[in-house]
Amino acid sequence: MADTKQEIVRIENLHKRYGNLEVLKGVSLSISEGEVVVVIGPSGTGKSTMLRCINLLTRPDAGGIWVSGVEMTNPRADINRARENIGMVFQDFNLFSHLTALQNVTIALTKVKGMKPEAARAKGLEELEQVGLADKANAYPAQLSGGQKQRVAIARALAMDPKVMLFDEPTSALDPELIGEVLEVMKKLAKSGMTMLVVTHEMSFAREVADRIIFMDGGYIVEDSPPDQLFTNPKSDRARLFLSKIESYHRTEGPPMGGRG
Amino acid sequence: MSALLSYYQSILPKLWAGTLVTLQLSFWALLIGFAIGLPMALARIYGRGLLKALAIAYIELLRGSPLVVQLLLIYYGLPQLGIVIPGTTSAIIALGLNSAAYQAEYYRGAILAVSEGQMMAARALGMSRLQAIRHIVLPQALRLVLPALSNEVAYMLKYSSVAFLIAVKELTAMGKIAIGRSYKARETWLLVAVFYIILVNGAARLMQYVERKFKIPGLQMEEVH
Repeated sequence: MADTKQEIVRIENLHKRYGNLEVLKGVSLSISEGEVVVVIGPSGTGKSTMLRCINLLTRPDAGGIWVSGVEMTNPRADINRARENIGMVFQDFNLFSHLTALQNVTIALTKVKGMKPEAARAKGLEELEQVGLADKANAYPAQLSGGQKQRVAIARALAMDPKVMLFDEPTSALDPELIGEVLEVMKKLAKSGMTMLVVTHEMSFAREVADRIIFMDGGYIVEDSPPDQLFTNPKSDRARLFLSKIESYHRTEGPPMGGRG
Repeated sequence: MSALLSYYQSILPKLWAGTLVTLQLSFWALLIGFAIGLPMALARIYGRGLLKALAIAYIELLRGSPLVVQLLLIYYGLPQLGIVIPGTTSAIIALGLNSAAYQAEYYRGAILAVSEGQMMAARALGMSRLQAIRHIVLPQALRLVLPALSNEVAYMLKYSSVAFLIAVKELTAMGKIAIGRSYKARETWLLVAVFYIILVNGAARLMQYVERKFKIPGLQMEEVH
């Protein structure tokens, strides 16, 4: 499947501990260009930590990380430059609250990429258009709904033309009725061929969009399978148990959407 | 009554001149306080090792000793080392260095009040730490600090009166001079107090205006009436 495609993210034997708590106990992973990989698993099993290690917001204790050929874990790597290639979307949006939606999207274009203000503005409006928020360009974050904030955050990350997008539970802080609009944007992005690594509890999104699903538990990657296989016939007991819990919780929501694989 | 009015009329020019000196002292001291206080706050939060230790030492030493002692040390102590600084300048330096320590703590509080996620998002976009501080954290922190800073402005207008100890002719000193000639202590101090009240209130209004002007739409809570 991915052999002919370029490898965008490679993680080798990643370890991270906080005090006595070992969060990542040797995680390895490879993501190819255009792949959508969804990470699921119980909370506290290192999913978000792994994501943050990829762009070094969290410094790993051991192991290697490469993103489109740059060895992030090399102390001499230009991390700021490398981060331009890695878009990140947070659970809590983290929009810059003193800037308008448009300024949120353009600030890194001008300050990091050195773009001229007019060019950045045009690009920013284009990105907001992509997430359906061109009419909110001049609104401040506090004037937007949670779903709108997250879409601006996605536009802000996409404006940098990243090679890969990391989503850290992008819908977990949203009211249920606002989740859909964010997932729609993410689905569109996946279809456009963006390489994505998504930590989420939205199983319907995982089924519909993911090329691979990674099940993490206890600091390890327990299973790495296509959605059809993981959801219908998980190899590990732990994944089976986790999915059955999720299943019974979501049963009231009706039948899950079919996978595309 | 008319005797009082004509007395007030006679000392008004002096008090006005003193007011101008008080404003001058306060303005420069607050400016020095900003110029030194903000870097101190940044050093205390983001600095490491010696830089951080120096910032903490500065803040705690200046907050830990009385302003009057610091003023007298500069005005009477430095000349013994051959450094003679005129009274007004001494007062501005003492008030400014002292204000810097307090302002540093105000800025530190405001910077820490900006959520960690802001710095994280900025770094994730490829900004350096310095860029993130400058473009993301400080613009928000400086808005958050305005209420505390407005406190500092009020304090400064009043505590600049310690300068009368080294014969700087600010508002309080002018009151004292007027009493020396008229022996009308009660009347004079009352009028001096009124002058300070007007000054402090004017400053508070100015700071409120600045707060309103830089308010982030939708963010700060409206005042509850």
